[in-house]
Amino acid sequence: MKLLYFAWMRERLGRDEETIVLPSDVRTVGELLDHLRGRGHAYAQALADPRIVRVAINHTYAKLHDPVRDADEVAIFPPVTGG
Amino acid sequence: MIFMRVRVQADDFDPGQEIARLTQGRADVGAVASFVGCVRDRDDQGRVIKAMTLEQYPAMTQAEMSRIAHEAQARWPLQDLTILHRHGRLEPGARIVLVAVASAHRQAAFEACAFLMDFLKTRAPFWKKEETDEGAQWVSAKESDDLASERWNP
Repeated sequence: MKLLYFAWMRERLGRDEETIVLPSDVRTVGELLDHLRGRGHAYAQALADPRIVRVAINHTYAKLHDPVRDADEVAIFPPVTGG
Repeated sequence: MIFMRVRVQADDFDPGQEIARLTQGRADVGAVASFVGCVRDRDDQGRVIKAMTLEQYPAMTQAEMSRIAHEAQARWPLQDLTILHRHGRLEPGARIVLVAVASAHRQAAFEACAFLMDFLKTRAPFWKKEETDEGAQWVSAKESDDLASERWNP
């Protein structure tokens, strides 16, 4: 799975993208975020507050219960501030 | 037939030219409403802003802006619309975004213009980082923007 990070999420994690192998028991966006939180302090901190974490699967906004697959491009970012 | 122009660009744009384009060669447009957003020289705490950088998620920005534009087309009888949004480093006074909407009557044009801006603010994947004397910091999302966007929900 390709993961992309933007804005302060990218800065706190120290990377703008990475590729991970999706564990077979990770089936939803919520489970993916839990999996990532277990990958170390930076992830746990950056993803701590679900109210300021947005997720897009293949360029479309996703909710916590939406399914994820290994072939997806998943972007994780803070609430947007354009306009 | 749905007319719309949606674009993300680093370069500036000419609002007058963009607005004129909506009525060029047609006489059925009765109303054009537009909004131009610019970089202010102070933040909400009164600190001087030297510049801001707009980061985006290129693969998603155009797609999400088009979805928002189609949503507006579905809700109001619009004849044409234009959304231009800049990215990159911008200094105070610079234009950031243009929304312009053409319709037969003013109410649809006014409402669609406000709807498009409210949804761009809360859905288009852009992030602002402001440079002040105290350093650079990411702009926080405003609850008032969420509320403005939610008022369009049925």
